[in-house]
Amino acid sequence: MTFNGYRLMKTSSTFLAPALCAIILVFPAAAKPKKTKPDPDSKLFQKKLSKDDQTLHALDRLTFGPRPGDVARVKKIGLKKWIFEQLHPDRMSENPVLEARLQALESLRMTPLETLQHYPAPQMIRAIANGKQPMPEDLLLRASIERFMTRYKIRQAEAAGLPAPPKDANTDLEPMRTLEEVLSPTELAIVRANNNQEEKRQLLISMPPERVEDMLIAMKPGERLRLFGPAPSAIRREIFLLNGPQQVVAYDLLDAKMLRAIESTRQLAEELDDFWFNHFNVFYEKGADRFLIPEYERLAIRPHVLGQFRDLLEATAKSPAMLFFLDNFESVRPDLDANDTKRKVKRGLNENYGRELMELHTLGVNGGYTQKDVTEVARCFTGWGIQEPRKGGGFFYNDKLHDKGEKIVLGHVIKAGGGIDDGEQVLDILARHPSTAHFISKELAQRFVADNPPESLVNRMAQTFLATNGSIREVMRTMLDSKEFWSEGAYRAKVKSPFEMVVSSARALDANVIDGWALANQVGTLGEPLYRKLEPTGYSNLGSEWVNSAGLLGRMNFALQLAQNHVESVKVDASRFGDDPNEVAKRLMFRAMSQQTRAAIDKALEDSKQKNPAMVAALVIGSPDFQKR
Amino acid sequence: MPSRRVFLKGSALAMFGVGSMPAWLSRSLYAADSAGPRKKILVAIFQRGAVDGLNMVVPFGEQRYYDLRPSIAIPKPDGTPNSAVDLDGFFGLHPALAPLKPMFDAQHLAIVDAVGSPDPTRSHFDAQDYMESGTPGFHGATDGWLNRALPQESGPASPLRAISLGDSLARTLRGHNDAVAVRSLNDFQVHDPSGAATFESMYANSLDTVLHGTAKEAFSAVKMMQSVQKQVYVPANGAAYPNGGFGKSLQQIAQLIKANVGVEVAFADIGGWDTHVNETGGQPTNGQLANNLAQFGQALAAFYKDLGDRMEDVTLVTMSEFGRTVKENGDRGTDHGHANVMFVLGGDVRGGKIYGDWPGLQDEQLYEARDLALTTDFRDVLGELVARHLGNSNVRSVFPGYESPKFRGLLG
Repeated sequence: MTFNGYRLMKTSSTFLAPALCAIILVFPAAAKPKKTKPDPDSKLFQKKLSKDDQTLHALDRLTFGPRPGDVARVKKIGLKKWIFEQLHPDRMSENPVLEARLQALESLRMTPLETLQHYPAPQMIRAIANGKQPMPEDLLLRASIERFMTRYKIRQAEAAGLPAPPKDANTDLEPMRTLEEVLSPTELAIVRANNNQEEKRQLLISMPPERVEDMLIAMKPGERLRLFGPAPSAIRREIFLLNGPQQVVAYDLLDAKMLRAIESTRQLAEELDDFWFNHFNVFYEKGADRFLIPEYERLAIRPHVLGQFRDLLEATAKSPAMLFFLDNFESVRPDLDANDTKRKVKRGLNENYGRELMELHTLGVNGGYTQKDVTEVARCFTGWGIQEPRKGGGFFYNDKLHDKGEKIVLGHVIKAGGGIDDGEQVLDILARHPSTAHFISKELAQRFVADNPPESLVNRMAQTFLATNGSIREVMRTMLDSKEFWSEGAYRAKVKSPFEMVVSSARALDANVIDGWALANQVGTLGEPLYRKLEPTGYSNLGSEWVNSAGLLGRMNFALQLAQNHVESVKVDASRFGDDPNEVAKRLMFRAMSQQTRAAIDKALEDSKQKNPAMVAALVIGSPDFQKR
Repeated sequence: MPSRRVFLKGSALAMFGVGSMPAWLSRSLYAADSAGPRKKILVAIFQRGAVDGLNMVVPFGEQRYYDLRPSIAIPKPDGTPNSAVDLDGFFGLHPALAPLKPMFDAQHLAIVDAVGSPDPTRSHFDAQDYMESGTPGFHGATDGWLNRALPQESGPASPLRAISLGDSLARTLRGHNDAVAVRSLNDFQVHDPSGAATFESMYANSLDTVLHGTAKEAFSAVKMMQSVQKQVYVPANGAAYPNGGFGKSLQQIAQLIKANVGVEVAFADIGGWDTHVNETGGQPTNGQLANNLAQFGQALAAFYKDLGDRMEDVTLVTMSEFGRTVKENGDRGTDHGHANVMFVLGGDVRGGKIYGDWPGLQDEQLYEARDLALTTDFRDVLGELVARHLGNSNVRSVFPGYESPKFRGLLG
């Protein structure tokens, strides 16, 4: 059975199985109305929104939710001009506060090799311990690696039943001072006490960086972790660096993703960064992708979010992160090892990238390709690899591994004897294919308009895609000029993803986010661990995918925690919103809440008989109304 | 001992006032109460990281095992705790798994050897994905086999029919049917009681049908969990779950099963099996693998003991993404291999037997000259449980692309 056959079968068994349909007809209660969306032909998509609603709708869809003051700002400069700005983020100035905070997250700007050197994985530490890799130059890092090595050697010896090795003679890099020597007795007491987070925080803030460093180096890993909660971002990174350097990379990625979504003035670009990262998804936990992702997002995704689709496609195709994630770096011409008797494990063609390139990145599953096309595309990409994949090398085309034969891709002949251009030709064919134009347009419309967008709109966007050689900005403009986008059918029709829910809450509450990492963990708890979607599909653009019982309870809990100022590293002062439910709703949702939500909150206030602004805010943030955008 | 009826009234039923009992609950309780068949329950356990099956179920009858593992092989059974526990004169359990021996003797534990995924990958990521989706070689499916394995409901379903223990919904349980991720029973609630009540009424009246419906399910599940939790849970028959996450997961699954809240499938996982370095300690029978196996074995034994007669309805199956190299490496560990071992435990299991064809460990018998060869596809094992235990005969849609599973006759 071909792969496509399987896909079709899977789809049909999930959604079209006759038995299931029968059950829906006979037992309406059994069928979960998960996919109840406005009928695409519905008249609602023809009904135009009022002016005020248009402003709110633009903020709901083109930003991660309005912040206090946003509505007035958009009204002041005019909706048209505001949209024009969002479509041209390069011409806008970025929030300087955000830029300063991103500056501290060094790993975001590193090459994979630098990332690997600065934030070594446990295997790397083993390699250094065994003398197979040189010591890094950075002093703090050396100290941390030395400690890891000592621990590693002691564990090795214990396991072998040998006495612990003597401390390395070359321990001048080991901390010479104990914690007692670094800290005064008073400071020591603060560091070691329980339940004094604020006191610890004050101490950490007041200490000069060198002393903090000395203290951390002198500490045991468990002691450092106890400072993690109260520590400011910079010290948190150092704690990670000392305890498990590799974690810093994830920390920086998460912190940056949350801070940008919350603080950036270029909101649409950040929405699209999330969209395209998911479209070209790679998984943080897969081997080398741990240190490849920062560069991937920085160079392959972010520069192209409103650019030409063909550029975006090639940037991802040549990115080590994608080559590694979808195994293309291991794909070689099928005959390479055929006659090599010495090789026990023979290398060969790997179709993984070829398949996902067509199914997920361009044509879509029903885009009109065959299993034969998958194989032919995979042959075209043989030799597209990574220079030293596990050591942080870049894209590398190896002609010796390339299949030189003739290939036929979707009816196009790719002549025998080609090289790297075979793959580039495939990208050309796919990027201007009508199925790609339709598939990308539909995904964008699902993200920005409705789970089930009107086909007429998708078709117009696809036409623009074809006419402009895949200009994402122009496709977005067609969508933003459409009556469907500004219709009742689109208004508040989508359920927020966990990421959108968390970010929009922080924005609405005007939270002071000390550290985006803690909020990112909340997104993970709600079911969308960022950078950790294992499947190449990425997270769904459909709001309906996010509605499940554990997720809903999670949202309610998150709302209660956040509004009551109980989320670590985020400061929220709900009292400024008052405790009149109507007023709170207006200030957090920028419109009136539904009667049903209002009635429930009124009843809660009546029952409790005390004023509690944080609770009212929590009830608004956790309400069904706030889950929609 | 109280009758089933009394027990049920004391727990799940009591929380709903007369007349407000959800339809699916009355159905599942009546089903449990009536003479008709009770629902069968399938519990799937994933040993993440690729457990060394050759040290879990030791082929002590094969000298080659000792030749290739000079420092980490488990010694032949000699009656001491530092040797394998003899099962059939050829295979023995790792001594840390001794608590499973009584289940094997009672013929409730079956072992399938040289089993696994036919896909050649040695990547944890790929192999776990394939095994959880049930589609070796294809990353395409976004749902997992255990979700697809749920029999079609002919009426309202319990919100707790599919339970995934852990922070997020396991890949194995993702899909069309509702499945709930539960970190702990206590966590599955809105933590502020007055907030919870307000949210419940807010969503109950919401005009958004999707949010309304899901919230209703969620709050009934919460009430059910709370009723289950009202009393401190004391495992039955003196069962003692080990400390640690895995023991806690199995205890909570047992608790939910015994509370008759409609659980049909459950999933839990246990990590720490990727033993490249120092798989064994000072002796082959202690160290990293032994510690992890002890936790694993004690938890399974406690689960079995705790459920007692209820094991009639329950089958538990274990799996791991691939096996490990037959030959030990230079770090007293093993690297990524191919075939592995699975346990099948339950009342209707034809246990006390080792299933599968043993391929042997001579060079020419090994897969790619280094790993245990595969003689049973993991889908043969899971497929049989899906078809004959859960009663879902549509095995081909649970394992799409797998045309003709060969059942091993694991179930009696």
